[in-house]
Amino acid sequence: MSKEEKKLEIMKTALNLFAKKGFYNTTIADIAREMGMSVGNMYNYFPSKESLAKELLIYTSKLFGEELKKINEMDISTKEKIKKIVELYFKKAKEEPELVDYFMRVYLSNKEIFSNGCEGMLCVSSFVTEIMIFFEEGVRKKELKNQDFFAAFGLFMGYLGGLVFLYREGILGKDIEEYIEVVSENIYNALKA
Amino acid sequence: MHSKPKVLWIDAVSCYGCSHSFYNYPQIKEILNKIDLIYHPLLPTKEFEIKSSDILIIEGAIKSNFLRLGFDLIDLIAKLIKLSRKVILIGTCSVYGGMFGEGILFNKEDKGKFYKCKDKIISIPGCPPHPEWIAYAIEMVLNDKKILLDSENRPKEIYSYTSHMGCVRNEYFEWKVDAKNFGEKEGCLFYEQGCQGPYTHSSCNKILWNEVNSKPRAGTPCFGCTEKTFPRKDLFKTETFMGIPANIPLGVSKRAYLTLAGVAKSLTNERLNKRLIDEDN
Repeated sequence: MSKEEKKLEIMKTALNLFAKKGFYNTTIADIAREMGMSVGNMYNYFPSKESLAKELLIYTSKLFGEELKKINEMDISTKEKIKKIVELYFKKAKEEPELVDYFMRVYLSNKEIFSNGCEGMLCVSSFVTEIMIFFEEGVRKKELKNQDFFAAFGLFMGYLGGLVFLYREGILGKDIEEYIEVVSENIYNALKA
Repeated sequence: MHSKPKVLWIDAVSCYGCSHSFYNYPQIKEILNKIDLIYHPLLPTKEFEIKSSDILIIEGAIKSNFLRLGFDLIDLIAKLIKLSRKVILIGTCSVYGGMFGEGILFNKEDKGKFYKCKDKIISIPGCPPHPEWIAYAIEMVLNDKKILLDSENRPKEIYSYTSHMGCVRNEYFEWKVDAKNFGEKEGCLFYEQGCQGPYTHSSCNKILWNEVNSKPRAGTPCFGCTEKTFPRKDLFKTETFMGIPANIPLGVSKRAYLTLAGVAKSLTNERLNKRLIDEDN
């Protein structure tokens, strides 16, 4: 296994632990134990728990960013793109809940961990850039209303985040995938030109 | 003694701003001494006649059924181009249509009525073009020097720059610090105030106006007056789609530009967020 592959393994292990136990309750020793590695060897890959958290954020953002890029490059209407994005987000929440949990429960809830090196868009730019392109092209094609970026961004992402939060709390009455249709419709109606 | 090169300067549908710009060329007398100006609409010359010329200069746009000097404008231009050795189109109207509609070489984005004469033509767009750009074209032709032209026949020496290049506000652009008002020393005019510098071909910030300044330097946005898209609407406001500039700097993909802009915006340059000259200290 190359060093990069090993790093990725460690990140995936840490992702699970952070999502399950929270960032502060997870120690480097816990991650090492789960990996079957010594704590000393762990530091050969990540100098600190914070740096691991930061790389995980970049990794998660890239992963979502790449998926969004594929949607952005599809020759379909903005309305259809909205549905694809909702589908992507809800399916990920179901299939890889630790990714979404990490984003919401670690990144958004513990900004102090990311204050050094992940300010603003620095670690999430792959994701945010694709969202910007999605909105910009939607307005350019006259399919979305031209408005403040964050007003639209908050409506879209806040809504998805809220639903996934309810889903992860076990509050939603139905499977999250059953919400894809109605949520997409609502987002489109709220943002359309 | 050789006779002086014959220059015929004709006005199409024009505001004469290009002529007035040329009058500001500090060495205009030297140029006028070197040529035989057989006609100019404003300077004292002989009565107009359809004649052959070494250089035909045209300012202004074209229009159908428009009389000029007793002739149909388009017929007149066709005859004069045929009788000339070189043609210099002065101003955005003349090259692309600009304020008045249809250009000679181009009709906005499309090929113009005289596109077939492209080999003879040098384009000097601008509203108006800088006097030095006009003089450059005339001098190069007078001295039989080869001018490297781009695909729209603009001299590369002048138009391979953007008006953004050399702007004293470039650091503010790099760090995404916006100008909140006109006329202030601080801030970049690209994000809110409509500046078109990053995608406008011109050397306004290299060859300064009146040898001292340029619009963006003084705190007014570049209006993109050298471009085929000139004039756009709302010149003092940046067109945005969901808060993202509709037009981005030349040569970069939207994805790359937004990534870089996002990174720059996430960081702060303390120095550029203060007044340049702080009167309290």
